[in-house]
Amino acid sequence: MSLPERQTDVGPPHFEKFLPPVIKENYGKWKSHEVLTPGTMVHTAESGDQIHTVRIASPRILATETIREMCDLAEKYCGGFIRFTTRNNVEFLVSDKAQMDPLVAELKEKGYMVGGIGPGISNVIHTQGWVHCHGACTDASGIVKAMMDEFHEYFTTKTLPNKVRLAVACCVNMCGAVHVSDIAVVAVHRKVPAIDDENVGKMCEIPTVIGSCPTSAIRPNPKDKTVTINEEKCMYCGNCFTVCPPINIHNPEHDGVAIVVGGKIGSLRTSPKFSKLAIPFLHNEPPRWPKVVDAIKNILDVYAANARKHERVGEWIERIGWEDFFKLTGIEFTFQHIDDFTFMRDTLRTSAAFKY
Amino acid sequence: MGKYKTPMLDELEKGPWPSFVTEIRKAMNTSAMPEMAEDELGQLEKSYVTKKGYWKHGGIVGVLGYGSGVIGRYSSLPEEFPGIAHFHTYRINQPSGFFYTSAALKEICDIWDKYGSSLTNMHGSTGDLVLLGTTTANLEPLFAEYSSRGWDLGGSGSAMRTPSCCVGMARCEWANIDAMGICNHMTQHFQDELHRPAFPYKFKIKVSGCACDCVAAIARADLSIIGTWKGDIRIDQAEVKKYADGGMDIQSEIVGMCPTECMTLDGTTLSINNEQCSRCMHCISKMTMALRPGEEKGATILVGSKAPIVVGSLISWVLVPFIKCDDEDFALLTELTENIIEWWDDNAKPRERLGELIEVKGMRPLLEAIGVDPQPQQVREPRKDPFFFWSESDFDK
Ligand code: HEM
Ligand code: HEM
Ligand code: SF4
Ligand code: SF4
Ligand code: SF4
Ligand code: SF4
Repeated sequence: MSLPERQTDVGPPHFEKFLPPVIKENYGKWKSHEVLTPGTMVHTAESGDQIHTVRIASPRILATETIREMCDLAEKYCGGFIRFTTRNNVEFLVSDKAQMDPLVAELKEKGYMVGGIGPGISNVIHTQGWVHCHGACTDASGIVKAMMDEFHEYFTTKTLPNKVRLAVACCVNMCGAVHVSDIAVVAVHRKVPAIDDENVGKMCEIPTVIGSCPTSAIRPNPKDKTVTINEEKCMYCGNCFTVCPPINIHNPEHDGVAIVVGGKIGSLRTSPKFSKLAIPFLHNEPPRWPKVVDAIKNILDVYAANARKHERVGEWIERIGWEDFFKLTGIEFTFQHIDDFTFMRDTLRTSAAFKY
Repeated sequence: MGKYKTPMLDELEKGPWPSFVTEIRKAMNTSAMPEMAEDELGQLEKSYVTKKGYWKHGGIVGVLGYGSGVIGRYSSLPEEFPGIAHFHTYRINQPSGFFYTSAALKEICDIWDKYGSSLTNMHGSTGDLVLLGTTTANLEPLFAEYSSRGWDLGGSGSAMRTPSCCVGMARCEWANIDAMGICNHMTQHFQDELHRPAFPYKFKIKVSGCACDCVAAIARADLSIIGTWKGDIRIDQAEVKKYADGGMDIQSEIVGMCPTECMTLDGTTLSINNEQCSRCMHCISKMTMALRPGEEKGATILVGSKAPIVVGSLISWVLVPFIKCDDEDFALLTELTENIIEWWDDNAKPRERLGELIEVKGMRPLLEAIGVDPQPQQVREPRKDPFFFWSESDFDK
């Protein structure tokens, strides 16, 4: 069977092809919106036209069969118009208001989670993990599933003082926005990679290996046709492993995850913030990572009980002070919490006024 | 039941949240190569037992004439899991705003079932529609099928990465700029830079219509384009009154949380000292029916954000406080983007991101290269130390 003729550099299709007519007509002319339930909202245009949105969660990894199922529902209720959000939710764009409730009912009946809008927990930004990436020191999808089985009510019904954005990254490259999330899990290695000298010589280009190290920790060892790593300089980033598999960064006993908190993207009220270290290490405990889930639940509960309405996690912590955050959550403060890298100057305390 | 016993993963098929394990299992029903999803499950179960991954980076694979868009991925246990000996990622450039029709999506699925694992990521964190798991031999057929239907590859490697954006003017009243239009335009404009890696490192563009920044542009893009406005916030006092009557404590929730203390409430009449407003979006986002951004629209351009490797994460810095984005083909913005990229491309060492280059060189050379004056909006505070340099051009002023 012959293949169709390939085209190059055509780019993606223009989005206009995929917009429902009511959106095309009111593009750039929306006036207001109202969140009806945590899973539904209505946008109203200057013209008075309306579009209703129904949002559901997805696990981000989707089989084509599931995508087709969603498409069938979109065809049945909203002319086949469907979109995805930046947090991997799925949205049905309903032009005929009468179709919204039946759609929601059928979604719920089929077991989909309808929600994710408003001050609660939306879908969790996460990365590939053991499912697909060579560098992963945990499985992002597994942690997300375990977390959201516990917190799903904040997606569908329950509310918090403000949105709590969760994320999971499976190594310090952080393919996601972990460094600016309210609560995030980032997987970390804690040991210098182990070198299989014989295979390094056989399989790897030594200059490439040396060049791959961001901290110049790798020195050639010409005598044995291999390399050595300076333990003082190595920060376990795994770049050397990427270019040379016999330099093994994986260490199941010592790999695990850290938890960071207080990051924020929007400029609302206060400037965007980085997430900061709350818990330096927890072991990988597949399949359900109970200690990780418990630790996040603890932080969430303390936030929910103490933050003022509209305060994000980071804003709440800045108001009460980090010393109070550690006290209220009971999280142990360790040497790892004190920055000794690029941000040290900004993070050490320079005032004699603080709380106990 | 498949070939493997997977007690660990079975555990993750329980519970209310949608399960990725179920999705991997479902892929076996539709793929022409069901052994891919099956062996993926087998290998993943092994990872859950041993707590380590079994993937190899590697090998350059791709389609003819392109240097990016495909990520080579191989199992490090090909004898044990032959179905995933090759398990490459094929990145399809998404339509701006992630809008689809069911017909388009089903067509994408049909092709993927024929030539791949039936597994996807909707979407990858950069924005692409990610197809997870195919073989080297199937790459050209996939490209022929998709490109002939108007679906091109996204970016990867040291190239322009697939730009992405929020839903913007398509369905959000706060969009100060046409985020989807800009995203689509930039994607089309930089096709060559996207598909043929020739940059020092990756370069990401993200566009959000307002300071809520739903695409996290400020944290994950070398060039963050964020919509904003000038002039007065539009107030509908009748709607303000409705919020008050509906029980909102406007004084504490809105006026009291305004970071610039520029709002006052008199009874149920709200007033804003717009000169003092920093346009943070707090009040507007909480009183969606009553408040709307001002009418002179444009964007703030920020640069430099990136993930932590190597010396720590960066959040983007303000470069151009306000630029109009309503001209034909976004010409002003496109020219500015080209100039920023050119400065970076000319000056950066290999694997140096824009933010890192600015840290080395300072803001001044970039501002001079793009012809933008120094302005207090670019800093949180002026410098603290007395070690500053002068150039001849400063003496002429
Ligand atoms: C209180 C401040 C905020 C308000 C009022 C707000 C409002 C909204 C609205 C109306 C949408 C729907 C847009 C659409 O039609 O897709 C949205 C979506 C989104 N927002 Fe925000 N936003 C806020 C802050 C943030 C922040 C701080 C982040 C990131 C940390 C964020 C991330 C997102 C994302 C990723 C989406 C896409 C929808 C999803 O995947 O769930 N938002 N936001
Ligand atoms: C310099 C740091 C980074 C390195 C070395 C890196 C490396 C990688 C690698 C090796 C993969 C392949 C995973 C797979 O096998 O599927 C990957 C996937 C990906 N990365 Fe990164 N990454 C970095 C930072 C980022 C950041 C900051 C983002 C986004 C803001 C990002 C977005 C993506 C996306 C979209 C994918 C595809 C799959 C996904 O969505 O998880 N990467 N990255
Ligand atoms: S965060 Fe690290 S391990 Fe995870 S997908 Fe990105 S590069 Fe791979
Ligand atoms: S893990 Fe990173 S820092 Fe350590 S030696 Fe390898 S490349 Fe260098
Ligand atoms: S960034 Fe602003 S304009 Fe864009 S969808 Fe979010 S709230 Fe709307
Ligand atoms: S946008 Fe922010 S700064 Fe401006 S009035 Fe509203 S809350 Fe105050």
